[in-house]
Amino acid sequence: MNETIRELLARVGGLPVAVTELEDAADLYAAGLSSFASVQLMLAIEEAFDIEFPDSLLNRKSFASISAIEQTVAQIVKAREAA
Amino acid sequence: MSLPAFAADMTLGARARRVAEVAAENADRVDREARFPQEAVDAMRAERLLGIQVPISLGGEGASTQEIAEVCSILGQACAASAMVFAMHQIKVSSLVEHGGDSEWHRDFMRELCARQLLVASATTEGGIGGNLRNSICAIEIDGNICRLTKDATVISYGVHADVIMVTSRAHADAAPGDQVMTVFRKNQYTLEKTVDWDTLGMRGTCSDGFIFKGEAPVTQIFPKPFAEIAAQSMLASSHLLWSAVWYGIAADAVLRAQAFVRAAARKANGTTPPGALRLAETSNLLQLLKSNILSGLKAYEDAKAEPDQLSSMAFSIAMNNVKLASSETILTIINQAMIICGIMGYKNGTPYSLGRHLRDAHSAQLMISNDRILGNTSTMLLVQKPDTSLLG
Repeated sequence: MNETIRELLARVGGLPVAVTELEDAADLYAAGLSSFASVQLMLAIEEAFDIEFPDSLLNRKSFASISAIEQTVAQIVKAREAA
Repeated sequence: MSLPAFAADMTLGARARRVAEVAAENADRVDREARFPQEAVDAMRAERLLGIQVPISLGGEGASTQEIAEVCSILGQACAASAMVFAMHQIKVSSLVEHGGDSEWHRDFMRELCARQLLVASATTEGGIGGNLRNSICAIEIDGNICRLTKDATVISYGVHADVIMVTSRAHADAAPGDQVMTVFRKNQYTLEKTVDWDTLGMRGTCSDGFIFKGEAPVTQIFPKPFAEIAAQSMLASSHLLWSAVWYGIAADAVLRAQAFVRAAARKANGTTPPGALRLAETSNLLQLLKSNILSGLKAYEDAKAEPDQLSSMAFSIAMNNVKLASSETILTIINQAMIICGIMGYKNGTPYSLGRHLRDAHSAQLMISNDRILGNTSTMLLVQKPDTSLLG
């Protein structure tokens, strides 16, 4: 999952730095992720993992770092499997 | 004065109305001469309104956003420029209250703000960023315990009249444009070199000239939280809500004038309904919509404050954007209707029904953070956000 997220981030994130140089815990907003790019990233992740982010998870915190995105996606996938 | 009479006299509403009286007396002169509403701001200090939002434990009154909005609306009915100065000051204070509580320097500063009734201005706009306050070009330079900043601030409302300016910048020389901090500078810690004159259609008394800002202060005066968080969690909501409250005040006074005009006409009309009466009914309907819109926004903010996740959610940002869009557009329709009702007496300056100043001031609303930019942001969020279609939710 980490790899897919990194790929998508490299494609739509528009970051001024190389994604390979980012730690999992690095603050993506500080790295230059704009709010427009963060929405593009959300859309790409929804498509790639075939999920929909519930409104409660559509906030800055859920997308603050690569590991935060992983946790958010995992949480949604887990909830879907439980249902 | 008896104790109950004294208590009634000291309510926030009563104090705001006394300031509004002073503001109303000077409103036309402030507008004509494009000068700072000094009398009204002196009255705000005398009534100790500048520190009301600060918590009681730090010397303020812990006033809620709703209470502050009511003051904005009362002042807006008298002089939009005075009301906007008050609103902009309170928006800066909200950043201190919501994000400065963990820092000793900022807590001490809040105490001082209340004690000395300091007026706070904002320098978020910068030449070259295209109006997007979430980007900075300038960067703060940190040298041991001291920070230095130079900013081409194309707009600092009441810049020369403020005691303090809060300035945004990139967090350090290598930071991305969106990686920003905000720093509090006191008057003796900066210089302002005027670059742009504020000679505008309306809101002339806000004296929003442009300056080259140069400041130097201890690093402790930098807000401990990133500006992105401050902007998302307190500035967005408090700006849209308090501005809207000022705009509501302008529109409410316009409707009051139109109603007075229709009433005077009705008295002379011997039993027939004057022609403006129907239009007045339509206008009062719009004013009520405007009011409901702002009130629901204020309630959403108070509710969201209890849940930080809610505060940074897209649904909340969209709701606040919508409050701003609707209020800034509706006031123009309302005031225009009021002018049609009052006819030439509304169009002329210096009559009891004059509406020129109202209409000119109201035109600023769509441009204070351009509605097109806000629509653009909302449209991006709507690509992923799932709306809550319930009536009460």
